Amino acid sequence: MTRRILSRLANPQLLALVGVLLINWLLFPNFFRITWQDGRLFGSLIDVLNRGAPVAILAIGMVGVIATKGVDLSVGAVMAMAGAVAATLVVAGYPAPVAVAAALAVGLACGLWNGFLVAVLDIQPIVATLVLMVAGRGIAQLITEGFIVTFTDPVLIFIGTGSFLGFPMAAVIALALLVLVTLLVRKTALGLFIEAVGVNRAAASLAGIRSRMLLLYVYGLSGVCAAIAGIIVAGDIRGADANNAGLWLELDAILAVVIGGTSLLGGRFSVPLAVLGALIIQAMNTGILVSGFPPEFNLIVKAALIFLVLIIQSPLASRIMPTRMPVRETSK
Amino acid sequence: MNIITKLALAAGLATALSSGALAQDISGKVIGFSQIGSESGWRAAETSVTRQQAEERGVDLKFADAQQKQENQIKAIRGFIAQGVDAILVAPVVATGWEDVLSEAKEAEIPVVLLDRGIDAPEDLYLTSVASDQVLEGRVAGQWLVDEVAGEECNVVELQGTVGSSPAINRKQGFEEAIADASNITIAQSQTGDFTRSKGKEVMEAFLKSSNGGADICAVYAHNDDMAVGAIQAIKDAGLAPGEDILVVSIDAVPDIFTAIAAGEANATVELTPNMAGPAFDALAAYWADGTMPEKFIITESKLYTAADDPQGEYERRKDLGY
Amino acid sequence: MPDEQYALEARGIVKIFGNHVALDAVDFGLRAGEVHALLGENGAGKSTLIKILTGAYQPDGGQVLADGAPIHLDNPQQAQTHGIGTVYQEVNLLPNRSVAENLFLGHQPTRFGLVDRRKMERESRGILRRYGLEIDPSSELGAYSVAVQQIVAIARAVELSGKVLILDEPTASLDRNEVERLFEIIRDLKARGLAVVFITHFLDQVFAVADRVTILRNGKLIETRALDAMSRTDVVRLMLGKDVAFSGATGVEDARPMGDVLLDYSQYGRKRSVHPFNLTIHKGEVIGVAGLLGSGRTEMARIMFGADAADEGEVSIAGTRTTIARPTDAIRHGFGFCPEDRKAEGIFGDLSVRENIIIALQGKLGWFSALNRDEQMEIAGRFGESMDIRAASLDMPIKLLSGGNQQKVILSRWLATDPAFLILDEPTRGIDVGAHAEIVRTINRLRDEGLALVVISSELDEVVAYSTRIVVMRDREMVAELNGENINPGVIVQAIANHRDEELA
Repeated sequence: MTRRILSRLANPQLLALVGVLLINWLLFPNFFRITWQDGRLFGSLIDVLNRGAPVAILAIGMVGVIATKGVDLSVGAVMAMAGAVAATLVVAGYPAPVAVAAALAVGLACGLWNGFLVAVLDIQPIVATLVLMVAGRGIAQLITEGFIVTFTDPVLIFIGTGSFLGFPMAAVIALALLVLVTLLVRKTALGLFIEAVGVNRAAASLAGIRSRMLLLYVYGLSGVCAAIAGIIVAGDIRGADANNAGLWLELDAILAVVIGGTSLLGGRFSVPLAVLGALIIQAMNTGILVSGFPPEFNLIVKAALIFLVLIIQSPLASRIMPTRMPVRETSK
Repeated sequence: MNIITKLALAAGLATALSSGALAQDISGKVIGFSQIGSESGWRAAETSVTRQQAEERGVDLKFADAQQKQENQIKAIRGFIAQGVDAILVAPVVATGWEDVLSEAKEAEIPVVLLDRGIDAPEDLYLTSVASDQVLEGRVAGQWLVDEVAGEECNVVELQGTVGSSPAINRKQGFEEAIADASNITIAQSQTGDFTRSKGKEVMEAFLKSSNGGADICAVYAHNDDMAVGAIQAIKDAGLAPGEDILVVSIDAVPDIFTAIAAGEANATVELTPNMAGPAFDALAAYWADGTMPEKFIITESKLYTAADDPQGEYERRKDLGY
Repeated sequence: MPDEQYALEARGIVKIFGNHVALDAVDFGLRAGEVHALLGENGAGKSTLIKILTGAYQPDGGQVLADGAPIHLDNPQQAQTHGIGTVYQEVNLLPNRSVAENLFLGHQPTRFGLVDRRKMERESRGILRRYGLEIDPSSELGAYSVAVQQIVAIARAVELSGKVLILDEPTASLDRNEVERLFEIIRDLKARGLAVVFITHFLDQVFAVADRVTILRNGKLIETRALDAMSRTDVVRLMLGKDVAFSGATGVEDARPMGDVLLDYSQYGRKRSVHPFNLTIHKGEVIGVAGLLGSGRTEMARIMFGADAADEGEVSIAGTRTTIARPTDAIRHGFGFCPEDRKAEGIFGDLSVRENIIIALQGKLGWFSALNRDEQMEIAGRFGESMDIRAASLDMPIKLLSGGNQQKVILSRWLATDPAFLILDEPTRGIDVGAHAEIVRTINRLRDEGLALVVISSELDEVVAYSTRIVVMRDREMVAELNGENINPGVIVQAIANHRDEELA
């Protein structure tokens, strides 16, 4: 049993995360220092959790979509929309729960729309979600009329910047979602069905899986996750910035899922590993910021590190240095 | 008399009154304005200020939103020429590709004034260009800091704009020029915050961690107010008092920074005025009155605002401009 | 006949993929001025042979000769320079370019280095007229019907190559009139001295247009013969490998006992797919479906299972009328379906053997009553044993298993749902002897246990051995139902081949 857990932990994603953190530590010796301040934990590691949370949440939604051989490019724009809706409503005097519910509803509606285009109209996912990626940001700008809608609602601000047991609220929400969605896909047959549809949609239909409904659910979840991330990001800066909220984050989310070992061709997926992928990306970002490199190098450093991570988990690398212990058959 | 003629009369009366009261020299002129779009709060404010300025002077402003596309701007300008407007204002979306359409305007003897950005075209194709001096903005911010710390040691962290963008390059340069002679001021760290609040906050968080929890930072210089607003939140989250423990100076003078200044959380901002149209109309007025050729490059004022400049009042004045 | 001059000839061609011999010393001779049909069931080696003749594949043995001289074809372009042109079922031209551009693509007439559009269109008009097409060469190709595009493709192939034309299932998506028009063109080309290879599944068309026929089976040359000396029955017999004379006995001693009526399809059909058919299915019976590829047998299976929706007729289960519009409807009533194309529609390659076995049962149970790992292992283990599935581990991806073991997994998948009715489409194709026997044994066992089965198979011996009744499909139509002593390969071959002319004779 312990060996099984050990072998689970010894996956390339975790090794990559540890590697990136070690590099950060070499560049900035105080990287692992965590202090207690004003009732919350304070330190670079906490920043990684806090700043990584939005992409982690997007990845939780995205991983299911990618497992069905799809992709959801609209999540960044949906974030902007959800933030804009929540902010405008609290500014207009609605209570925070109403604003949050409305934002989540908008996310769900966007997700179902994508799902409808993909599952019912059979439009290729990359094209179907591109529609909302472009239009969504425009809608968000219409809602905010082009400027940053700032608010002082304590609930929204708490969602973005509060803390729970000392941990940043965003990270807590991401963790809760991670547990919830992992249970949802692994304790029900949903995960198996998602993988089946991703591996072979024709065979799945013949085996009696309602692949259309499934796709609707998966895209719907992705929309809701994007809305949650959007509310967090808005709460974090106490304002909805329709132009910049979630900009390009869909690509980070896709990257997180891929680093988490889910193939863009669909099939096997892991929610926890996708979240780990998001943390790896954020560990790099935070590392770059504390390292003191000139900003001109940001993208190059990031690209080089990602390249390294992808090489570490390529099939070739795993043949050269097997990281998984062969314990499969002995687990009884 | 039906309602429409009543309205028309009332409107005519209003125009007559206002034009009598203000700058009568260009009232009744028809001026086309090709705006880039509404990609930022400042851009929206520029549009509303331009409309305001036109109304005050009795100018009939024809507005065209190009939605970030040069082809739309060229179409709009051709449209203005065809309508026979008296002058054209353009906020060019890109620097190149204007020769043809501006030559057409020149042939039609319609003066063109460029707003807030320059172009790569012969200078005789436009009357003048009204823009701010981005290097000067940086210099004003830097000079404020030099005066404020008055010789004491000061480590500055800089939140740059988007890497490679001209405001980021110029505002950085201006600030560095201003502090060049003050050996007590050094830029300790500099990173890009992409001109956004969330990135400004994230980068500031990292700066605080790597500067001994913020104890080693004396001031933040942000290339725009949005990043400064984000940085202020990060400073507060770290348990420090922005404006006191860490000085905050930034550029743009958007309404939200005045709220922060009024609350003592920010110290200074340098205005990038949205009023590019005012000087443009003045130049046109002088040109039409007696043929005075304005200077080729009209530089708008880069005014410094601090807590001494009625920040609450400045906020009230700006909050409805569309920022 | 060593001195016979062939326009294109293949001698002793061998092609091996991995350890599978796709072509085993196949000879093929094509004369100028003949239409030569190439026949065989799926996997017989037709397309491999064509790919070697057009340079897409290199043979592992033997040689290709043109006009008696050995030639070496590295790629399809080289085949073109030797006068060999090919037209595939899916027209591979550029639908968004003009007809003329498609005709001349890569060979446009030029003038001062520029494409001479007017000359190109003038010549195009001339060429098209020869093929009976009065269309505007400057218009977009995609605007025309598949038939016209097919003719343009032929015109292009002939104009570029001019000696040998290979038509790979050109009629598959054409209607009757269009086929007739295509045949006129083929006859015309033949008269001009072209050698034409014609591949199709439709026997009527073979007899309508071809002079000689070459039949392949399992990678081997069976026969090349002039068609005027053959009957349809001969052709089918050679294709299916049944020597009617020696295989007269029926597989059934007596009429097997049958249970109550389980299912009744009445005037059930789908436009452009299967003509309406009637079929009553009893518990404890196996209905064999015979017919050549493209006869509508798979389409019939798909509408029975709801994989495609029927648009006419009705179905009742145990006397109660119902609708089966999608697979979930069918599965709810206890149906199961093993599709013909195992890889594309059957297996989930990356998923484990265990998951492949339990997925249909899980689909039936729904999402929220998930089988846990132990339950899954128990079910998979049970079927792994009873079906003798040879897998190193039930957790290994199914794609690593042999075809026969994959088929046993898919069969297990349905058995796990405790079905009342199974539809098996070519359950024994392309699998090894051991698995084959296991599957036939399973079919017999299930029948005896009272299940109803519909089994589609090209293996006539096999169908005869386990069927209580046999229905025969031809041209998307159910044309015969055979009982008792008529369950016999000879009768089946005749039913498949049967044609109005022969009925008269």
